[in-house]
Amino acid sequence: MIIQPAMHIEESPTGSLAVRQLSVYYGDKKALGPVTMTIPGKQVTALIGPSGCGKSTFLRSLNRMNEMIPDCRVEGVVKLDDEPIYGAGVDAVAVRRRIGMVFQKSNPFPKSIYDNVAYGLRLVGMDDRSELGGRVERALKHAALWEEVKDRLNESALGLSGGQQQRLCIARALAVEPDVLLMDEPASALDPIATAHIEELIHELASDYTVVIVTHNMQQAARVSDNTAFFYMGDLVEFDTTQIIFTKPTQSRTEDYITGRFG
Amino acid sequence: MKGSSLRPSRLPHAGDIVLWLATGLATLLVLVILLVILIDVVKNGAPRLTLGFLTKAPSDGMTAGGIFPAIFGTVALVILMTIAALPAGVATAIYLHEYASPTAWGTRIVRIAVNNLAGVPSIVFGLFGLGFFVQFVGGGMDKIFYGGDKVFGQPALIWAALTMAILTLPVVIVATEEALSNVSPDVRLASAALGATKFQTVSRVVLPQAVPGILTGAILAISRGAGEVAPILFTGAAYFLPTLPHTVHDQFMQLGYHVYVLATQSPDVDATRPILYATVLVLLVLTFALNASAILVRSRMRRHLSRAHG
Repeated sequence: MIIQPAMHIEESPTGSLAVRQLSVYYGDKKALGPVTMTIPGKQVTALIGPSGCGKSTFLRSLNRMNEMIPDCRVEGVVKLDDEPIYGAGVDAVAVRRRIGMVFQKSNPFPKSIYDNVAYGLRLVGMDDRSELGGRVERALKHAALWEEVKDRLNESALGLSGGQQQRLCIARALAVEPDVLLMDEPASALDPIATAHIEELIHELASDYTVVIVTHNMQQAARVSDNTAFFYMGDLVEFDTTQIIFTKPTQSRTEDYITGRFG
Repeated sequence: MKGSSLRPSRLPHAGDIVLWLATGLATLLVLVILLVILIDVVKNGAPRLTLGFLTKAPSDGMTAGGIFPAIFGTVALVILMTIAALPAGVATAIYLHEYASPTAWGTRIVRIAVNNLAGVPSIVFGLFGLGFFVQFVGGGMDKIFYGGDKVFGQPALIWAALTMAILTLPVVIVATEEALSNVSPDVRLASAALGATKFQTVSRVVLPQAVPGILTGAILAISRGAGEVAPILFTGAAYFLPTLPHTVHDQFMQLGYHVYVLATQSPDVDATRPILYATVLVLLVLTFALNASAILVRSRMRRHLSRAHG
């Protein structure tokens, strides 16, 4: 496997993820890698590829969520701004506080809207009411949900629509002010209007956060991302700016996938 | 089949009729048995069931008076039992479900032990309680703290409650585990992804959602404990006591055991019979009420969850 150097991607100062020779195994079976790439900070990077290509596995290995899966093993190095997240003595809990995640299926807690957003802050012991309130409001505004819920913060989050629930999950992840936001097909269960909302939001988030998004939808990748990585059969095939990937990819497999010849 | 008749048929299929009859009759049989028992007990017991019966002690060789000491003893027993069984059972279930590796041999052994504990005949628990709690633990405490005087080394409320707690432990563990596994894995992932430690996820997200299920288990355990007699035969229940238990190392009267005593040990069977029926009625009402409240809690939880997902 030739690793294509990402020639056109601009490096940016903070929130970048340097992945070096990363492999993931489930039991004895290798699911991914070795992958080497540098995800630039404060840009949107899309991970595309057919089902089972390892893109979700790769995403989960970026904030050590794969450790929730029994028998999952990771080799290689991932660094967040020169800090190795798999380093000896590095706590997965600390990693996840800096690298947040939004899931395919919206998963609000059966608590109030306010308590959902405040959850991560309370975990680290924040209990000052005015400070909490300010952070909750800021996160909800950032996730473009504030106007819709500001009058019913104490109502159950489960009463929100699917699209609102997903934006609540984004707000919840943003409230702890992470460096990176990982998104695993965040709009795949939503209708087109809610999807458009989320896509618009992803675009705006990139001014403050590094966003890595897994998507099945190629148009979505083209619309929201600055860079695109194409995975196939557990390998990174090509990684470059989205414009290059979608107009003149160097690998024929990338072109085949993008033009719909397989997958 | 292509071209087969779609004409409405008047007669149902023969197999359906047979099955309908067989299952219907079986259901009817169960209902009739339950009804016969209930009618018999209510008819013979209700007239004797007065306020005085519930608040007075037995008198005249149990041919008169009430059953208050037995009610008091039953309530004291289940309260102490719950205090002992609930925390231990819930903690065991949390460990098994949230922390222990499901494939580790230690976990498997604990699981097998819990399942076997549920299948042990209750009289065996009674004998175990006598040997372990009364003689070993109680006798040991007497030797160490009371210079050999019999204080704890005899059948007592506390030993009966602990024996009953062991009996009901599997009920609490199984119900709690079920409640924990009903908590969606999605919210566990969400919590972990926000930087929650395992303990924070369990205590802030998982347990609050599991509380109704745990309560159901606790009520079922209490209902079982209120009705069992065998475990307390040798560990603390008394035939007749002139006073209520003052301390946990006193003996006590209990409804189920009182029924047994009334039915087999009375000097005047005819005089005792109405009292016996009324006592059975109280015991039935008590356990039915506990089971009904467990069902109520569970259905409320279901409704709550379906609203949550709807």
